[in-house]
Amino acid sequence: MASVRFEHVSISYGPKQVVKDFSLSVNDGEIMGIIGPSGCGKTTLIRALCGLIKPEAGDIYINDQLVFSVEKRVNIPPERRGIGVVFQDYAVWPHLSVWDNVCYPMKKHKVPKDEIPKRAAYALEQVRMTGYEKHMPAQLSGGQQQRVAIARSLVSSDELIVLDEPITNLDAKLREEMILEIQMIQQRIGTTIIYITHDQEAALQLCDRIAVMQPDGQICQIGSDEEIIRQPANRFVYSFIGVSNFLPVVEKDGKVCLGLGDEPVLFDKLPEGFAVGKKNVMGVRPMDIVFDQQSAVRADIQRDTFLGNQYDYQVNLGGQELRVERNALDVLSDPTHYAAGQEVGLRFLNVKFYEEEAQA
Amino acid sequence: MIGSKYRVNRDMARMDGKKFSLDKVLTILSFVILIVVVVIPMVMIVYNTFFFEGKFDTSLFTEIIMDPANVTAMWNTIKIALLVTLFGTVVGLFFAWLLGRSDIPLKGLMRSMFTIPYMFPPFFGAMAWELLLSPRSGYLNKWLMATFHLSQAPFNINSIGGIIFVECSYYFPFVFMQVVSALERMDPTLEESARIAGAKQWYVIRRITMPLVLPATSAGALLILTSSLSHFGVPSILGFSKKIYTLPTRIYQLISRASGSFQGIREGAALSILLVIVVMLALWLQKVVLRSGSYDIIKGKSMRPMLIKLRGAKIPLLIVSLLSLSIIVLVPLVMIILVGMLKAYGLPLTLENFTFDNYLNLFKSKMVQDSVVNSLTLSISAGIIAMFLGVMIAYVIQKIKPKGKTALEIISILPYSIPGIVLAIGVILSWSGALGVNLYNTLWIILVAYIARYLAFSMKSASASLQQVHYSLEDAARTCGATHFESLTDVTLPLIRPAMISGFFLIFLPAMRELTTSVLLYGPYTRTLGVAIYSLRSDGYIVDASALASLAIVLIIICNAVVNAIVKDRKKV
Repeated sequence: MASVRFEHVSISYGPKQVVKDFSLSVNDGEIMGIIGPSGCGKTTLIRALCGLIKPEAGDIYINDQLVFSVEKRVNIPPERRGIGVVFQDYAVWPHLSVWDNVCYPMKKHKVPKDEIPKRAAYALEQVRMTGYEKHMPAQLSGGQQQRVAIARSLVSSDELIVLDEPITNLDAKLREEMILEIQMIQQRIGTTIIYITHDQEAALQLCDRIAVMQPDGQICQIGSDEEIIRQPANRFVYSFIGVSNFLPVVEKDGKVCLGLGDEPVLFDKLPEGFAVGKKNVMGVRPMDIVFDQQSAVRADIQRDTFLGNQYDYQVNLGGQELRVERNALDVLSDPTHYAAGQEVGLRFLNVKFYEEEAQA
Repeated sequence: MIGSKYRVNRDMARMDGKKFSLDKVLTILSFVILIVVVVIPMVMIVYNTFFFEGKFDTSLFTEIIMDPANVTAMWNTIKIALLVTLFGTVVGLFFAWLLGRSDIPLKGLMRSMFTIPYMFPPFFGAMAWELLLSPRSGYLNKWLMATFHLSQAPFNINSIGGIIFVECSYYFPFVFMQVVSALERMDPTLEESARIAGAKQWYVIRRITMPLVLPATSAGALLILTSSLSHFGVPSILGFSKKIYTLPTRIYQLISRASGSFQGIREGAALSILLVIVVMLALWLQKVVLRSGSYDIIKGKSMRPMLIKLRGAKIPLLIVSLLSLSIIVLVPLVMIILVGMLKAYGLPLTLENFTFDNYLNLFKSKMVQDSVVNSLTLSISAGIIAMFLGVMIAYVIQKIKPKGKTALEIISILPYSIPGIVLAIGVILSWSGALGVNLYNTLWIILVAYIARYLAFSMKSASASLQQVHYSLEDAARTCGATHFESLTDVTLPLIRPAMISGFFLIFLPAMRELTTSVLLYGPYTRTLGVAIYSLRSDGYIVDASALASLAIVLIIICNAVVNAIVKDRKKV
């Protein structure tokens, strides 16, 4: 069990600053997800935590033990930080068999000789790779190599394991299994797990808390899965978690109007989160847009797709494309068949308002 | 389980730079070794040419380059190199097309014959052809004169033409190998689509195939050009008796005529600069030419190309190519072996004149024994040392990437393009006392020269292999508890072991037959195999020289067989 703390960490590659003044603390025994678009510095952060690169500023603690500090001139080498890592490209050593790959960390950590085979076999069983001990990595598929890498990280440390995109190469069913397995391992041993991914779905399923990183390497929100989904801190988080529509809105005499076409009134009162006197955008999920012929907001259906359990529409509202979803329940309550070419009225539920960003 | 992981932090020092990390040690070591082995000899050549007794003085250099004999030697060098390149390219292209694109039979046999010139030093060929075609005593000339009642020898190998012919027969495989591999990797649909579009066979060859293999051709051709410019063996054997000099042989002559006097070495050094300028011009040309034409249409994986049916031309072409290959490849080898068994030079090649006594004499000779032992010692130790140095430098360049990485890269590849004879002069100037270390007349000085000369081979081989080793493999070892050093020995080195082994043989094999460098560096007890053969021949012991050369041929064939067995073994795993 171990806690991890980043304090004001900045990392640069040459002139390019990847991570700037990054602080994050991970509690003992929790599964912390770090999600963000590719290139936002997630992997860089992990390499700094492992001691594989040196940040230019900041402190890093593992278990309240300072492992890196620019000011205090501390830099504990990777081999003594006691972290089990699954690298993005698995990094399974091609010249060693599956068995030797898994045994290697225990040999380096001087685990008693008679205990090594037991723990290696157990780790392989956990990742469903029993029977592949003698195989060389070249004989394995990408997903199998990924699982060997997970097994190797499990025997490396029972305190802190870092998973960098560990299940991207597995098929959907195996992915589910691995997520459950990681969860069970965590519950059984109490290992602290840091889980890096750009795939928000897996992170939402697995993690106790999630930190969302923006493309510029800053954390924009830390919270539970529910908080992240229900109260996205800013427009970036909103758009990163799931499919989103954004519409320009304007304020008129204390009312909120659509910033498109003849500016129909959307809400009579200024809602919470609306930044008065600034440019606002309204975020709405596809499933929160309802077809309502009474509504003054008129749009044209461009395309309709039936996906088995739901209908998917592409709608043109005053020149802007919107995604709308109707699930089976909606269809039950309003059996009207909507098809491409039709004009419909729109109503928006569960909307969020964000200040218009300069770049948008 | 990892109770001791937060020990007192020994690495704190790494951050304030008081103690050296492994990376730093490797980087500094690489620079120091390259400076000692490569930079100092080069600097010494320039210094000794332009400075005399501590003062800047260009008189020696101007004197040397104005000397008409040297100017003639320079033109000879350029003329020979250009013609060798021209003919070598044409022959290489012809065979490459024949084997890569036509349905000619016996491809396997012909391919294995092409590898033979790679194995033997060209001066063996020069010796053999001189035995056959020297105007006074060449066996073939004598036979032709007797048969056709000629008053004059029809061929004269001791001429510029002769030198060109022998060099050609050794260098044309450079183009052949490059082009044949390009042809094999070329996407056949490129040609097929031209045929489908209605183009005729010859048009496809001219407008599609030729432009596509142009980069490979020019790469091979320029390899021939630079090799021939700095080549010593063939022109020295065929040219000396008729006073035909090229720059490398002229340098050798200046130094050996001065019999070790400092003035002679300085003259040699000045002339070396001229030679280096000529070679650098060729390399610059190579850069310009290669930049202008590169195509990405050649793919990495090999595909089955469409073969052109030769039909009626098949048998004549087969006869022509087998005949010319035998003349180029087999005749010299057979000739050397036959003459090596003669009772005395000049006797007709008939059965009753053959004997094995020459070989017995060789085994008894101290000089021969020494030379074989010397060559083996030098080649093995140069191979091992240069292999490890090459891996270290490649690691610094590929993985550590320090400031000055480009400089490191350039310095380590420099000896690749510096003629062996020039390198030898640099080594003499540096390590025979001028800098406080005197290795002259020892094996060490030859070893230093070999390492400088062949370091680039193992460096390139290790570099290519290290590029395939992703850094995360080492990182994974570190996070699994391995120290930096352990991550190297447990992960990186085992992964590049095949490249290290082939790097060793890339040095061992050419070092075994080396002549150009050691001919200037050898002392009374430090003759190498090449030097022993060369000096036996120039002292007039033609039969003994041939016998020793045959012995060397056997030795080289054995070494090659061992290498092939090892390489094949590795591929199976």
